[in-house]
Amino acid sequence: MTVGPFATIAEIRAALASKTTSATELAREHLDRIARSDLNCFVSVCEDAALAAAREADAQIRRQGQSGLVGVPIAHKDVFCTAAVRTTCASKMLADFVPPYDATVVTKLRDSGAIMLGKTNMDEFAMGSSNENSYFGPVANPWDPARVPGGSSGGSAAAVAAGLVPAATATDTGGSIRQPAAFCGISGLKPTYGRVSRYGMVAFASSLDQGGPMARSATDLRLLLQHMEGHDPLDSTSADVESTPSEANEEALRIGIPGEYWRGLDPRLAAALDDAARVIEQIGHERVDISLPHSGYATAAYYVVASAEASTNLSRYDGVRFGHRAEMPEDLDDLYARSRTEGFGAEVKRRILTGTYALSIGYYDAYYRKAQRLRRLIRQDFLDAFTDVDLILAPATPSTAFEKGALSAPDETKDPTAMYEQDVYTVPASLAGLPALSIPCGITGGLPVGMQLIAPHFDEDRLLAVAEAFQRETDWHRRTPRS
Amino acid sequence: MSDWESVIGLEVHVQLRTRSKIFSGAATAYGAPPNTQACAVDLALPGVLPVLNAEAVRMAIVFGLAVEGEIAERCRFDRKSYFYPDLPKGYQISQLDEPIVRGGHLDIEDDDGSTRRIHLTRAHLEEDAGKSLHADYEGKTGIDLNRAGTPLLEVVSEPELGSPEEAGRYFRSLHTLVRTLGICDGNLNEGSMRCDANVSVRPRGSLVLGERTEIKNLNSFRFLDKAIAFEIERQIDVLESGGSVERQTLLYDAARDETRPMRGKELSDDYRYFPDPDLLPVVVTQSMLAEARATLPELPAAKRRRYVDQLGLSDYDARWLTADPDTAAYFDAAAAACGQPKAAANWVMGDLAAAVRREDTAWTEVPVPAAQLGKLIERIEDGSISGKTAKTLFKTLWNDGGNVDELIDSQGLRQVSDSDEIAAIVRQVIDAHPAQVEQVRSGKTRVLGFLVGQAMKASGGKANPQQVSELLQESLSADPS
Repeated sequence: MTVGPFATIAEIRAALASKTTSATELAREHLDRIARSDLNCFVSVCEDAALAAAREADAQIRRQGQSGLVGVPIAHKDVFCTAAVRTTCASKMLADFVPPYDATVVTKLRDSGAIMLGKTNMDEFAMGSSNENSYFGPVANPWDPARVPGGSSGGSAAAVAAGLVPAATATDTGGSIRQPAAFCGISGLKPTYGRVSRYGMVAFASSLDQGGPMARSATDLRLLLQHMEGHDPLDSTSADVESTPSEANEEALRIGIPGEYWRGLDPRLAAALDDAARVIEQIGHERVDISLPHSGYATAAYYVVASAEASTNLSRYDGVRFGHRAEMPEDLDDLYARSRTEGFGAEVKRRILTGTYALSIGYYDAYYRKAQRLRRLIRQDFLDAFTDVDLILAPATPSTAFEKGALSAPDETKDPTAMYEQDVYTVPASLAGLPALSIPCGITGGLPVGMQLIAPHFDEDRLLAVAEAFQRETDWHRRTPRS
Repeated sequence: MSDWESVIGLEVHVQLRTRSKIFSGAATAYGAPPNTQACAVDLALPGVLPVLNAEAVRMAIVFGLAVEGEIAERCRFDRKSYFYPDLPKGYQISQLDEPIVRGGHLDIEDDDGSTRRIHLTRAHLEEDAGKSLHADYEGKTGIDLNRAGTPLLEVVSEPELGSPEEAGRYFRSLHTLVRTLGICDGNLNEGSMRCDANVSVRPRGSLVLGERTEIKNLNSFRFLDKAIAFEIERQIDVLESGGSVERQTLLYDAARDETRPMRGKELSDDYRYFPDPDLLPVVVTQSMLAEARATLPELPAAKRRRYVDQLGLSDYDARWLTADPDTAAYFDAAAAACGQPKAAANWVMGDLAAAVRREDTAWTEVPVPAAQLGKLIERIEDGSISGKTAKTLFKTLWNDGGNVDELIDSQGLRQVSDSDEIAAIVRQVIDAHPAQVEQVRSGKTRVLGFLVGQAMKASGGKANPQQVSELLQESLSADPS
């Protein structure tokens, strides 16, 4: 073994540059570990294509040296379309769907030289916080296989945490990058809405969905973001902004601590976060108590808005053109009803029904319109706060990783809202479209604790700079499940 | 006079003639083999996103300016949800309460030439659906998504039309306008303009609107007229027999000439509209407005006024020529070429229109260039050729093409206007027909026509008949011997 299974991208790049290892060797080692792993992180593994791409990368490194992500193995969440590789969204509906195109994120990372090893498991259509809603079965948390890795990007988070890949793509609609990153003890960034193209990313809730990276350090997140972001003519909502500077700056910042986020927080997590805040103070930043008064409404608003959008985004899965189709339909209604009944899992159906209800005549004002009003208030809370502070520090999750089955609601007799409450600290930034990340800041009960940092729109640079500084002072991000 | 009056409003779906679709890069050409013009966006594959075609927005702005409507500085798109196999996303992207154009008006003309102003409620952009093909699939339904995503401008009128005839005039007026603006090809048989009619009746003089029905998908002038007429009669029958009109959506069955309630999944009570989060609001800037205004062609009403006031055409001719923008364009070019608008109008409405009808030719594809027709008219006016020769020459131009002046020379068609030459011919004729000459001299002036005919014959038809006649009369009275 030439680099350890938990090497960062920075370390891998150095090893490739110095010819200590090769892209082919790295790909093989990682593919071997994926094959031996029983965490169920992957839906599809692309061994042949990965090795072919690695050989090309090696040729390029021989010719020109290592640059960008050339030779770095990665995985894509199975929500990103990959030409010629099935893209399932962990749904029976798309179990055999092979897109004829690549997502923009996939194209960009391939162009940067990254080697895709496979597609990672997730909650079906990115709906869930435990990765238990997958047609391909749940993912286990590498820190404790009896526990969930979080969701919906559970496969990507667990794969990075278990040393199966140094980095993976993920998506975050209401916390699907930050919560699993926290549960698995890795670093995950949800960029500003619009920073990373959504083209080719299977839609859950279009006004909230945002692709981002998961990795083992904030420095790696910065590098990955540079190779994912940018305006895309194929996505009207993608922003045309300057790319993230690569130099971390050292200015003293005001870091806001929103009191609302500490109510009901597990005291062990609160203690870890207090320690982390002290580290940030020691770095030279100032700690400022702030209030985000409408935070308490965020989860309710989020589940209305996201479900409303999802109910229409998922209308295209009708059994007519692609995806699961019921056998021998009696008529058109039967084709629709059975294809969708058979193709979607319980949570997806629940969200479609919730969203359909929220948009219906007579309920639109009470639910969708009200939720949009709350969304504006929540966004305004943040904008007001950012007139005073540069960043906000908050917990990423109410607890550490919970046990499988503890909160799941696999059928209509169970209450799904306990699971929804998992997103309480992550959905406000999602509703406001703000960049936010989660990095490890402690371990309690043998499980990692995540710290969330939230920045103003398009200020990923400062967000990452503070996270990088924190990671220079601490080694939580270097802790691994068996270390 | 009937005791009832009818109130009609039209919603016309105008297909915009953009090269690509409203939210994708696929082509919009009509008649391609099924599903060859449907890309991933049109098929609604997972993960793809709509990107608004700026040309469709420009065309909507041009329309808004032409009807003097209010163009929204900012408008947005909404999702309209319903399930149907030819609607790939399960929702149509449309505009609910922020249309790009509000208000405006379209003028229609009554038979007596007076103008009536019909107000528009709004015009909004949306995407067309695909087509379900029910034939040829052994009891199954085929889906053709070539049309899916074709840009539509839905033009909604106020309920101000009082009869099927008025509805027809409104539809024609809109047809002429959108073709003049170049935003729609107007090919009704290809579905380029499809109309839904809202129809109600009420006791004459009542100010309250009766319950209305909506007749869907009327795609020809004839069906529009017949369907509305049928529906008005039906509603009156219902009301006169003590019943009440039920609000419903109807289809017109052309084969049976009747309307009947629509069944099927296109109908939904609740479309669950909400703003489409995939598309940013459309902002119409001053420069976009200025640009569109600069490209605005002369509108049909202004053109009609110009023909009457400046070119001196009759109101009938002006209306005839402006009913179709391609005809008007041809006329304008021909009139400009010869400087003789009245003569040009006569030719365009006469021989040319007859040939166009006979050969079923589009006005844009008339084989005689307007410049050549202009030249032909010029040569009649300057006496180079006779009117009769011109008609023959026009046929040659239509069938074989060519250049008017070259044909006149090569076929020796030039009218002889040389007095000496004509005088020689006249003398010959007088010498050859002494009996007839005597008859004319004795007062039988009808025989003069015979002599003129003989002279024309002798000239091979090229002599100017006016001149021949004058010279003959002159010679016969001046030389009694």
